[in-house]
Formats: sequence, C-alpha cells, structure tokens
Amino acid sequence: MPRNHDIKKVLVIGSGPIVIGQAAEFDYAGTQACRSLKEEGVEVVLVNSNPATIMTDKEIADQVYIEPLTVSMLEQIIAKERPDSVLPTLGGQAGLNLGMELEEKGILSKYNVKLIGTTAETIFKAEDRQAFKDTMEKIGEPCAASLVVNNVQDGIRFTNTIGYPVVLRPAYTLGGSGGGIAHDETELVEILTNGLRLSRVGEVLVERCIAGWKEIEYEVMRDAAGNCITVCNMENIDPVGVHTGDSIVVAPSQTLSDKEYQMLRTSALNIISELNITGGCNVQYALHPESFEYCVIEVNPRVSRSSALASKATGYPIAKVAAKIALGYTLDEIKNAITGKTYASFEPMLDYCVVKIPRLPFDKFLTAKRTLTTQMKATGEVMSICDSFEGAVMKAIRSLEQHVDSLMSYDFTGLSMQELKEQLAVVDDRRIWVIAEALRRGMHYDEIHKITRIDPWFIDKLAILVEMEARLKEEALTVDLLKEAKRIEFPDHVIAKLSGKQEKEIRDMRYANGIVAAYKMVDTCAAEFEATTPYYYSVYGSENEAEETNDRKKVLVLGSGPIRIGQGIEFDYCSVHCTWAFSKEGWETVIVNNNPETVSTDFDIADKLYFEPLTPEDVESIVRLEKPDGAVVQFGGQTAIKLTESLMKMGVQILGTKAEDVDAAEDRERFDAILEQTRIPRAAGGTVFTAEEAKEVANRLGYPVLVRPSYVLGGQGMKIAFNEEEIEEFIGIINRIAQDRPILVDKYLQGKEIEVDAVCDGTDILIPGIMEHIERTGVHSGDSISVYPAPTISTKVKETIIEYTKRLAQALHVVGLINIQFVAVEEEVYVIEVNPRSSRTVPYISKVTGIPIVDLATKVILGNTLRGLGYEPGLAPEADYIAIKMPVFSFEKLRGAEISLGPEMKSTGECLGIAPTFNEALYKAFLGAGIQLPKHRQMIITVKDADKPEAVEVAKRFEALGYKIYATRSTAKYLNEHGVTALRVNKISQESPNVMDLILGHKIDLVIDTPTQGNGDKSRDGFLIRRNAIETGVYCITAMDTANALAQSLETATSTLTPVDIATVKG
Amino acid sequence: MEEKTETFFFLGIIERTGEQMKAFLILEDGSVFIGTSIGSAREVVSEIVFNTSMTGYLEVLTDPSYAGQAVVMTYPLIGNYGITPDMESKRPWPDAYIVRELSRMPSNFRQEGTIQDFLLQYDIPGIAGIDTRALTKILREKGTMNGMITTDENYRVEEILPRLKAYTTGNVVDKVTCTEKWVLKSEVSQKAPKRVALLDLGAKHNIARSLGKRGCEVTIYPAHTTAEEILSMNPDGIMLSNGPGDPKECTSIIKEIKKLYDADKPIFAICLGHQLMALATGADTHKMKYGHRGGNHPVKDLATGRVYISSQNHGYVVDTDTLDTAVATPAFVNVNDGTNEGLSYVGKNIFTVQFHPEACPGPQDSAYLFDRFLSMMQ
Repeated sequence: MPRNHDIKKVLVIGSGPIVIGQAAEFDYAGTQACRSLKEEGVEVVLVNSNPATIMTDKEIADQVYIEPLTVSMLEQIIAKERPDSVLPTLGGQAGLNLGMELEEKGILSKYNVKLIGTTAETIFKAEDRQAFKDTMEKIGEPCAASLVVNNVQDGIRFTNTIGYPVVLRPAYTLGGSGGGIAHDETELVEILTNGLRLSRVGEVLVERCIAGWKEIEYEVMRDAAGNCITVCNMENIDPVGVHTGDSIVVAPSQTLSDKEYQMLRTSALNIISELNITGGCNVQYALHPESFEYCVIEVNPRVSRSSALASKATGYPIAKVAAKIALGYTLDEIKNAITGKTYASFEPMLDYCVVKIPRLPFDKFLTAKRTLTTQMKATGEVMSICDSFEGAVMKAIRSLEQHVDSLMSYDFTGLSMQELKEQLAVVDDRRIWVIAEALRRGMHYDEIHKITRIDPWFIDKLAILVEMEARLKEEALTVDLLKEAKRIEFPDHVIAKLSGKQEKEIRDMRYANGIVAAYKMVDTCAAEFEATTPYYYSVYGSENEAEETNDRKKVLVLGSGPIRIGQGIEFDYCSVHCTWAFSKEGWETVIVNNNPETVSTDFDIADKLYFEPLTPEDVESIVRLEKPDGAVVQFGGQTAIKLTESLMKMGVQILGTKAEDVDAAEDRERFDAILEQTRIPRAAGGTVFTAEEAKEVANRLGYPVLVRPSYVLGGQGMKIAFNEEEIEEFIGIINRIAQDRPILVDKYLQGKEIEVDAVCDGTDILIPGIMEHIERTGVHSGDSISVYPAPTISTKVKETIIEYTKRLAQALHVVGLINIQFVAVEEEVYVIEVNPRSSRTVPYISKVTGIPIVDLATKVILGNTLRGLGYEPGLAPEADYIAIKMPVFSFEKLRGAEISLGPEMKSTGECLGIAPTFNEALYKAFLGAGIQLPKHRQMIITVKDADKPEAVEVAKRFEALGYKIYATRSTAKYLNEHGVTALRVNKISQESPNVMDLILGHKIDLVIDTPTQGNGDKSRDGFLIRRNAIETGVYCITAMDTANALAQSLETATSTLTPVDIATVKG
Repeated sequence: MEEKTETFFFLGIIERTGEQMKAFLILEDGSVFIGTSIGSAREVVSEIVFNTSMTGYLEVLTDPSYAGQAVVMTYPLIGNYGITPDMESKRPWPDAYIVRELSRMPSNFRQEGTIQDFLLQYDIPGIAGIDTRALTKILREKGTMNGMITTDENYRVEEILPRLKAYTTGNVVDKVTCTEKWVLKSEVSQKAPKRVALLDLGAKHNIARSLGKRGCEVTIYPAHTTAEEILSMNPDGIMLSNGPGDPKECTSIIKEIKKLYDADKPIFAICLGHQLMALATGADTHKMKYGHRGGNHPVKDLATGRVYISSQNHGYVVDTDTLDTAVATPAFVNVNDGTNEGLSYVGKNIFTVQFHPEACPGPQDSAYLFDRFLSMMQ
C-alpha cells in the first residue's frame, strides 16, 4: 500500500519529563520517527514538556511546543495548528494515555483529527486489563489467572480463591508504578491500596504469581495490510518477578529451543494481528521453565524501552518503520536503511550476543531498598555486544560506571555459607556478583538455580568467568591464557591485578602478540548481505571489519554512557548536536557510547558508531584503529571528561578547552590561584582527604559547611554539615563511593543561586542567558526551579556575573562551553563552581533563547570566533518569554529513598514552563511536572525551627487560597501564635488519629516538611511523613522557596494558558 | 523431577582436560581457518554453506537437504539447549558442522545430550572456535565453495586444492531417501482420511506430520518409486518433498514427476520437489551465488500481496525467465532479491513452493499452505 497522502500535518505527542520507567528511549524513538515523517514531506507539530530532548529541536519538528502534556493544552494546540492526524505511539504510556483521552473527550472528532499508528480500540484492548484478558481468551492465548478489582475487598476475596502470592498491576501506570507481589494479606492490602490510588482509572489487576518462570519478550511489527514480522526476541536473565526494565536482558533468547522460540513468535504475531496494531508492539511472556506452558504478561502497543533496546540490538529502526507504517506504507515497501538491499519485512538475524544491564540509582539513595520487584527502579541502562555471552556481560558491567569492572567488584567473601545462601535469595542489583561468589565457593549450579531460578546456562557462563579469575590468579600468564581472557573481555587492569602484574605489562604483552580488539558490524542480517552502515562492536580473536577512513578530518565524540541522576539526556543532546555540527563543517564523526536508549547511538547520527564501554582501554582500542585528529570531551558529561587524561596519553588531541585547564577548574589549589589572579571571591574552604582534616577546616570556617568530593557530577555525595558528627558521617559516605580524589570543604553561603552557560572562543564570551534559581543555595542546581531570564537580581549583580564569567573563561583558556554557578548574597557575587564543559541547562537555554549553543561551541572549537559567527560578545538580549525549568522526581518508585532536597541531586528529569509572564510560566511548569492543585484544599505543614517564621508567611498564602492547614505540635503552636489557623495533629509515634492517618486518608493535597538533619527520632518521623506522602501520591515540598513558588502559581492560576511555538524563537 | 535435575544439568559439561585438538578449515580459494576439532576427527571435503537461524540447530543438522554439504552456523552460540527430541529425520546429514562456539553446558527441560556427543555418535567432523562471520563473508562475496576440514597439522594446500575443486555433492537424494515405503496415520480420528502420497526426496519429518495433524494418512515413498506405483494407490493428493543437491542430477525422478504432472492429481511440492516439477515441465534451474538458508526470508504471495516470513534452505532456484507462462506462473517471490519462491501450474491442481511451510526450524507463518493443499484435495 503506498503512502496515504491525506496525511499532511501530524501532531506528535512526546513522553514528557524523564522519570523512572519513561526515559530517554522516547526521545530516541520520537526523534527517529519525526525525521522519518519529515523525509516523507509531512509537517510535524511536536508537543513535549521536556526541554532536554532532541525531538523538541526546531530541526526535528516544524512547530515545537514545550508545554504541559494535558488534554486541554493539547486541545489548544490542535485548535491552533489544525493537524489532520495525531501520532500517540511515540510518547510512551503518557502519549498513549493522552491519545486515548483526546478520543474519549471527543476532541479528535471535534477538530476532525484522526489517530494514526494505532486506534482508540487498539489502545483500549491492549491497556484495559479486562478487555485485554477477553481478547486473549478469544484467540486462545493464555494469561495468568487474574481479576481486575477496583476495591481492596474484591482483591482479598479473589486472592483467597487463587492463593498467595499474587502479583498486583495497576492499570495505566508506567514502569509498573504502584505494582508489586503480595505474599500475605497485609502486603496485599498495602500494595493494592496504593495501586488503586496510582491507577488513572482506579483499577488494579490481581494475578496468579508466576514468579520464577522465564521472562521472554518479542518485538513485533505489523502494517495495515496485515503483514507482520518479529524484530527481535529477548530473554530476561532474571526470571519473572523483576521488572524487565530492572532485569539483565540478553538478545536473542539463549535457552529456548526452536520449538519454544517459534511457539511464542507465532503467539506474538497472533496477538498483534488480533489487536489490529499498525506499527510496533512489545509482547512479554512468562514461559514455564520445564514445559511448554506460557502466559502472556502484557502487551505494549507502542514503541517502548524494549523496542529501543531491540532496535539497537539488531540495527532495525523500529520507530522509523513504525512512522512509515503510520503513513500507510507496508513493510515490503520500506527499505532497510542498514543494508540498503533488504526490506523492513526481513527479520533481523544476529550473529552476536547482546546484554543489557540496568543502571540503578542506589548510589544516590543510600537508604532506598535495593531489592528489585515488579516496580521499575532503574534510571537508565547500558548495552553491550560481543560474540560470546561472557564477553558481553563483562563489557556491560564496565559500561555501568559504578566502580565495577568484573565479577569481583562487590565483595561477599565475608559472608558465611549460610549468609551467602540468604544473600542469593535477595533479588537485588548485585545478584550476579553473589552468584559469582557462590561459584567460587563451589556451590552447585542446581542449588544456585533453586534459590535464584536463574537458568543454569547463565550460571555456567558466570562460572566460566569465575574459572578465568582463578586461572589468571594461579597459572602463569601465557599468551594463550591471555588470549582466552581477552576473548571473554577481561579488562587489562583486572588481568593485571589477578596475575600480579602491572596493567602496562599486560598491554605490552597484548600488543607484542597481536592480541588487539577487532571490530565487527551490526548489519541486521548476520553477514548475509553487505551492509552500508558502520555500526561496530569489538571482539577479540577475529578479523577486523571496521573500514579505515582517512579522507577527511576525523573527530571522536565521547558519549555520556547510561542515564543516571545527575547525568541525563541533556548530555546526549549535546553529544548529538556536537556531532551534527562537526559533520556540517566537513569532519568525519565517530561516536563511542554504550547507552541503547539514546539518539546518539542511532545508526545514522555519526559517520561511525562504536557501541562500546567508555573506559580508557576500550577507547584506546578504537583510537588505535581510527586515529582521530582530535576528540571532544566537553559534551559527554563527566563520563567523557574523565577520559581526558587517558586520551592525551594516547596522543589524541583534545579539541577545545585543554585538559590542564579542565583540571585547573577541579583542582582546589589551582582554582584558588585562578580566583585570586582574577579577583573573584568564593566561599572560603579547603581541600582534605580525611575526616580529621575536614573537621579542622570546618572549625576554622565555622559551621555550616558544604562537603563534597571533587570530579563528580550532580553533586554526588555533597552535603551540608552542621557539626562534627555529620562531617564524620559524610566523609564516610564519600569514601564509600570509591573516592581517590580530594574532598572539598567550603563555608556554606546562603543566597540566591545564579547559573550561566557561556560559549568562549578564547577571547570573547557569549552568555545566552542568566538563570536564577527559586530555591536558595543548598539545593542542587539540578533540583532547583530555574528561571530565565533571572527575575530578581539587580543590574549590578548581572554585570558582575558577566564580568566574572568572562574573567574565568579567559583565565581557564576556555574554548567551547563553560558552566558557572554563582551565589549572590545581597549585591556580592561569589563563585560556587565552574565546569568548563556542557551542562544540563544547555538544551533548555538553547531552546528558549534560540541560540544554538552546542553548534556555536563546536564552531568555536574549530577555530571560529564569536564575532566571526555574527554574535556580539557579552550577554545576549533577553528573549520575549519567561522560561522556567522545573525538576521532576521519581521518588515514588524508590521505596525508602530520602526525598528531601539538598546539595546532592535527586531529580530524574525536568519540564519547562514557557510564557510571556512569570506567573503563567510558573503555573505551566508546575502543571508540566504533574502538580495539578488544588484538589481537596487540605495540607500539612511540619517544619524545623529555623523555618518557622517563613512557614507563617507560606501558610497565610495557602490559607488565603482556601486551604485547611494541619500541623504537628510545635509548628501548629507557632502558626497559631502568628495568626494562622492550624489544626494540630499527633505525631507518628502518638496515638491515632495522627499525621500518618491523615496522609493515608487521601484527602491531603500537599505536605510541606523541611527536614532536620541527624539521626534522631525527629528526623526519622519527618522521613516517614515524607515517604508516606510520596508513596500515596501526595505532593511533598521540602524547601520553603518551593512552597512560596507553588503558592504564587496557585494564586495566579488561570484557565487560559497560551501555547508558545518555540520554533519561532529567534536567536 | 528434583532427582533428575541433579544429573541433567551437569550432563553436558565438557571437562577442560588436556589440549583440545586443533582443526583446520581450508577453502577452495586458499583461505584457512584454524579452530578446534569437534565431533569426529576424520578428514572431510564438502561444499560449505551458511545458515543464519538463531535457533533450531538440531533441525538444521537433521534436515536431509544438507546431505553433501558442510553447514556454518552464523549465530555464534550453538548447542545452548543441547539435543532435544526435535530431529527432522533419523540422523544428522551434513558432512561437517562449523560453529563459533559450542555451549559446554546445554540447558533445557527436554535436553537429552550434547551436540558434541551427537556428532561423535554419527561420526560427523566439525570445527569450532573460528570466525564464522569472516567465513560467511567470504561465502557471500565469492559464492558457495568447497572446503576441507582436517585435524592433520601437516596438510599441504597444493595437494588439497585440486581435491576441493573436484568435489561435487553428486546424487545425494539416493543417500537420504527412505528405503521402503511406510505409512503415517492421521492424527485425527475420522472415517475416511485424505490419502496423501509423499515422495521422499529427503523429506523433513514435519511435512508428513503437518499433513497427519490435518487428518491425512500419508504414505511415504522412496525417491525412485515409479509414478505408476504411486498412482496405483489412487491417492487424493501427492506431495513432493524437499531434498538435497542439484535438481538436475535427479534425471530419472524428473521423468516420473512429469507423469505425475500429467495424471491430474492435486500436487503440492516443497523446495527440491518444487524445482523438479519445474524441470519436469520445461523450465530451468540455476545455482545461486550462496543460496538462502535461514528463518527470516520474506516471501510475497502474489495472489494476495501478503508477505510471510519463511524458513529457507536452498542453493538452486527456478529460473523465471525459462518459465512457459502457459504452463506455470510465479505464485511467490522473494521480497529481498526477487527470486522465484513458488509456482502455480496453469490448468492444473498443482502448486509448488521454494521455501519451507513445514518450518522446523523457523517461522510457522506459511503453514496455511498445508490447509490450501487440503482444500485442493476436496
């Protein structure tokens, strides 16, 4: 069927802010699909509240709305733009839900718009639990015994008929939010109550527990003519019970015979046909490990995290093909862009093994439960490709950047055999390391399998790695042994450690014996056809396929690895734009990255893509082959920056700001010297290595002090210490996250926090905009509400900031980007931190100012001057709009995580509010973050003593908004004494009804709780209040400034919000 | 069950004892791959072909169409689930087996043994640990060629090359066909099952099973059965199976098939059977550069425009240019390279396909063709 020419203008719905369960994969899919639509001549209108995405670039869509993803906003955009179609399958669950609502509310028919890529009926059949079950029953596809309930009593009754344990899955939530396994009635009541709240339709599926079965996924494509194919199947190493987003996944499946493989494949095709899906779809199965019995777990009728993984694992661009199908094409009409010979109706065949490992945030949330359940917790993931499973696992482990490089990286040697068995039963992110230890102790595969339910085939593969550890330790390191160790991807430094040698000796031995990495191509067809897309992975002991190229100047762009808190999608945005900019300048571009969710690892972004770990050794192998003329490290976040030194040792020229200058910004003493030389003040402080030294410095400065490790991103490990005890505690934590660099201790200054990104050509600087944070210093910049242009600082402060930025950029010889954070205390400006690299605010500022920052920085790196590029140095003229960046958190997904804000970053994503006025922008920003208040007009305030005076002002504002205020004893007393009517509630430890009953009563809109530090009862109470608020879906604020901002937003709330097309903003 | 698992998980572990024996793969173009010997250590010369299936290595090994050939698996991890009861004939047929890595410990609930033991049992040599992708690329670029696997370190290329060039698969159908006719009863109990005569040119089990499952009683005949004998039982339909080798070697069989063509019986043919019917009715076949072997080839049903993913294993193809359209017209075409994938015979109740609707291994998407055959017999 040829293209449907009635489709001329399409509204594409994005997925909104990055949260756990809905991350960068949708930017990847959305960007690819929009490009695919545009190449067909379709006009694309894009709406997504997330400014850090590439899909919201004006190069990707024709009209771009960075607006809250609400039905009324979408209606306004539809009314304004009058698209003929809406494509809802690229924005994850959020997009699908919105598409459904637009249909249900009659908005689509009102404006004569049709859904493409899916139908409302398809969404309903796939997403509504009962409808799905009925559909599966109709075509004879088995599901686990289950019942949809909308109250707890029905849940208990049904469970009593099928028996515990049961799995609970709330309808219409993402990442399995609010779900879990209940082993008894208490757990059932707890999870079910929560799940019913979180479900958009108040429904939860109670289901027979099939934990321990194999979890298998199929990615399926279908066109409107009914042709279907499977792109890929995947096997979760962790059996059913762990969310697939948190599982280690291998592609293709490894332990399925053709009978099982084809049985499930046929089932997946039957399902996609019955659901009448046109586009991509993911089907998840539970397969009984000792029979052919299987159950369909769920179906996602859209692109997903798994489809992104399948695309990267096979080279088959699912989103691109899905977009073409939405336009009416059939699979046999769409060319396979990788081979240029085959068609989209060809099923990819792999001749390698792919392993995905999730990146879990437990290094950020030390108190959070590490256990993995049906509720996803990972913020990102890494993927690796190798010709053996062992090699793929080893590569994936070191791609994680969590101080792990082998199966020895977590030490369980201290456990007794009994404890080890108990630890094996714990399902958490360290399980493969526990298995490795069990294997070292000689535990039988059977026993490990019985406890973990992990297939013995995988256990044996881990055993092969453990055996190699032993051989390297015990045997003489012969060439053959080294070859074998490299074949299964042991890094040089691990081999060195085990064999008692130096890393350099190992490297020399390798080179002397020709043991070097070779690169193979991902070609979708197992070499059956010649492929034209240079997408490579490394293997040892094979023929090299990577073509040598040296006709153009060549740049190596280092990516930013897995998405984690503090280093998110923004850095991928920067890497991609940098690559495009180099390309435009005629350079050959080579990207190295290991994140399957990102745009940068799409096959047609750079001239060459190396899907590899970002460690010095892995990068060196690529450098030896590619011999790049230079490398850029300033766009790939801390991951790339950390590689600078190694790249220089390899003889690679660092393009842009020199490595020693990057170091000068991080090295306390050198940086102090620069500040002195440039006469820029900063908070007094010192560099220390031990707690004793830290206490000395703190005593000299006076408390409170800011304690932080150097060379980290997102303020990891950064804390405000009020006394010696806390210093001890924090230094301990910092050292636990493997810090071999110095620790910084600074006097804590309270003031307005200001942030700038600037481009410097070595002489002049361009500041696209100055941002001001709503929260005072002390809250990490990534977690603060950030306003552009800075609304409350004086002209004098602005001028000082411009001047300081210029001086710092010049003193650090910055060529490219620099990000600086300042604190303004009254009219005095101090510098807090300087990062001579891109930052997370770059995409947002680029968009709202219309200045292509990364593009400019790249051109400057290549020797252009700002003036030469037509930019007047200094602060760019302010835009016509106020843009407010609002952080978005995923606390509800992380049981036990501390939610209070501080110097360490905790947010997973952000959204933007953009409007002609401050108040409208603020309201949009809150709305974009999902804060839709008021509902019940009841709130709880419980603040520490220091915040009480301010709490009075805040409370008065909410009282005026009609809020009924509850407060704990001392807060209530203080508020009442100062003219606020506050109802006193009992503390948690006191008798019911207490504050907890109030929260669990589901009648509270908001909790304002500013935490006290330390380990006492008081802080524990606060922690429990905050956790319970978050887990029951109550908005919880932990900083007074945020509370004031919310009050202001509600005071000026208006129902008429105007969508702003930011593609029209000119730079 | 618990008792059993104890032994079955460890059954397959190959002890890391002693040196593994080296093996060499020498190709007609002079390339040499060095790996380790698996299965029998004897020397073998054969035609090297590659298969891209990611699962179904056992079905590949036991597919009689591989007689006279050595198979390279492009998927690097082979033997993961061991030997299961999924054999497509009574024994493995390839002359040799070439893999990147054999799993040392298979794991599957139906696992009964290892590939290693299986190859040894049938005295089939093989080589593991070589760069199968590099080998595949050579075959893709230079075309299918002959090769030798040997464990003799002192091999001399100049002596071997003439032997490689001289090798032909020959008439391998005789080797793989059954020796006596036999009957597979219908799996569905009914009064008068459709009686199908299946000419075994190297048939995979699942062809007869697919018919049996649909209520047919299948009589399987050796390849050299005369048309008269087959027709004498007055079957409701005739099925020509897949099989190995160059179709033009089967000169006497082609003559019998021409008689079957003339007899006006419903006929359904697969792979070699499809090629032989074309040859019998005046069309020609030619050898492809490197063939189609795998489970991912899209074929288009020209009658409906629908595309199905098919299981494939063929090195020869019917030359559409030589078709007399008064005799046969293309029914299926390969979406990738446009080669013929099926014919429908004009004025006859006959259709034939190049791919494998019986799957095993591979996708089951075209199993509906057996239903079509059944309706042809109504």
